[in-house]
Amino acid sequence: MRVALLGGVYNNYLALEAACEDARARGCAKIYCLGDLGAFGPHPDKVFPILQEYGVECVQGNYDNSVGNNREDCQCGYTDPTDNHYAHLSYQYTLANTSPDNRRYLASLRSEIRFTVDNRRVLLCHGSPRRVNEFMWESTSPTHLLERFCDDYDADIIAVTHTGLHWQRALSDGRWFVNVGCIGRPANDGATHVWYTILDTAQPEPVTFVPLAYDHERLAQEMEAERIPSEFIETIRTGYWTTCLEILPAKERKRGIC
Amino acid sequence: MSDRTRNTPEMSQSAASRRVAKVGLDSLDNLWFQVGGTLCNLACEHCFISCSPQNDKFKMMSLAQIQPYLDEAVVLGVKEFYFTGGEPFLNDEIFDILEATLAIGPATVLTNGTIITNRRARELARLEANSIYSLEIRVSLDGFDEPSNDRLRGKGSFKLALNGITRLVEQGMLPILTAVQTWSEAEHERMLAGFKQLLADIGYTRPRFKIIPALDLGAYQQNKIGPAVTEYVTEEMLEDFDRSQLICSNSRMVTNSGVHVCPILIDYPDSRMGESLKATTGEYRLRHPACYTCYLSGAICSNFSSGGQSER
Repeated sequence: MRVALLGGVYNNYLALEAACEDARARGCAKIYCLGDLGAFGPHPDKVFPILQEYGVECVQGNYDNSVGNNREDCQCGYTDPTDNHYAHLSYQYTLANTSPDNRRYLASLRSEIRFTVDNRRVLLCHGSPRRVNEFMWESTSPTHLLERFCDDYDADIIAVTHTGLHWQRALSDGRWFVNVGCIGRPANDGATHVWYTILDTAQPEPVTFVPLAYDHERLAQEMEAERIPSEFIETIRTGYWTTCLEILPAKERKRGIC
Repeated sequence: MSDRTRNTPEMSQSAASRRVAKVGLDSLDNLWFQVGGTLCNLACEHCFISCSPQNDKFKMMSLAQIQPYLDEAVVLGVKEFYFTGGEPFLNDEIFDILEATLAIGPATVLTNGTIITNRRARELARLEANSIYSLEIRVSLDGFDEPSNDRLRGKGSFKLALNGITRLVEQGMLPILTAVQTWSEAEHERMLAGFKQLLADIGYTRPRFKIIPALDLGAYQQNKIGPAVTEYVTEEMLEDFDRSQLICSNSRMVTNSGVHVCPILIDYPDSRMGESLKATTGEYRLRHPACYTCYLSGAICSNFSSGGQSER
């Protein structure tokens, strides 16, 4: 079975719509989102009708848990003061602009989704199987830990998001760990497109990363109209992260320019 | 060796002692090695374990000593490895140790930067390039000019450390400048701006920082650099508190004499919890004032990329 896995949306409803259309066109039977519907972008409420229209099933991310339960902060897990400063700005905006109905929906989401197809047990979660806001970076996630996750959490394929950067690793016995990246902001590589993931459980190598162009200039203009901080808008236009990047490990940080 | 005679408050009051918080190991995310022992080419005024050229309380560790712990940590699902001292680059085996580590996971070295030669910088860059994992170098500097840094870290250390940082940057690495906050909150922005300018001047235009709180321990305590901390962590304080912010919930420290609860407390005999990692997953009583500093600041030892680990 072929399914689409979308990472953090971060209020980027234009990329969400483009991803859902693209996934349909590529024959995906189902679309899943791995959580964090809100964050940097404009108009949080515009995300929800699209999820409904395409029947997207969502995992609850830390952001969704926070907005859904009206918590003080986004529980992103940043520890650098500058990262926290920007995270707070986007969280305050998202919290203030998400309707009570949509907050109830966010609060109702599950922390993981499981299914078994083609004899493979698939686990979708947000940060890691053990922690909603654990950062699974490619360069700081040891293979032995990923193997252990598959053993401990009874899965052959584990998919996560939370960091915003996509990567995958083949494990023993045909098992896979994949970070699906995010569709909310570009991948800190100087390109304006975002990435989502197609999982084809019938294939021995089941993961394909799909670059997705969308109307990023329109998003940037809407962010400006909403008076969202210029640093967030710059990322949409340049493809490079300008905020919340102290969290990056050395190898991932080197790929950007800030 | 530092003086450990000062009473911690709970020792004098049995009623209070029952309320001292206890924290066990939830998961071994970070494994630390005192790879340089307590030997250092500097003798900083504020060192929390009083490292110096003469302090050999803890010895340097060999790859042969470290390897069994690397193996054991893999079984326990460790995520990151950290190497500190003393000065790790005084250890002749450091590059072999890092190579063995980077074969299984990400590594971070905490250094004073003063003996990072061109050859060492090249070797570090090579080791990182050959691994799928990150190699982080955290270089300590405690002022953005010679007088303010050398006052704490010793004459000549500013120039040498800056040379070390320059060499790492020339090799394409992104060292993390680490400073102990020996200044007031009011001065914080000015200090950060000063550090940024200093690094920009040597061509490091996208600097990374880790500012850590001063710890009222070791030389810092003896030299009375800041106010004494006398609080400790009680059970009540941990109610609704994210315990994962405490190092002891996710880390252990290996020295040549065994496994300790955390990297901060190794001078205290009661910090040694056993010989193997498996034997040290139990609870530790947060009876020390440094535990209180850790409680207040949170995640003070690990890299930012480890992130916070708060649970819902």
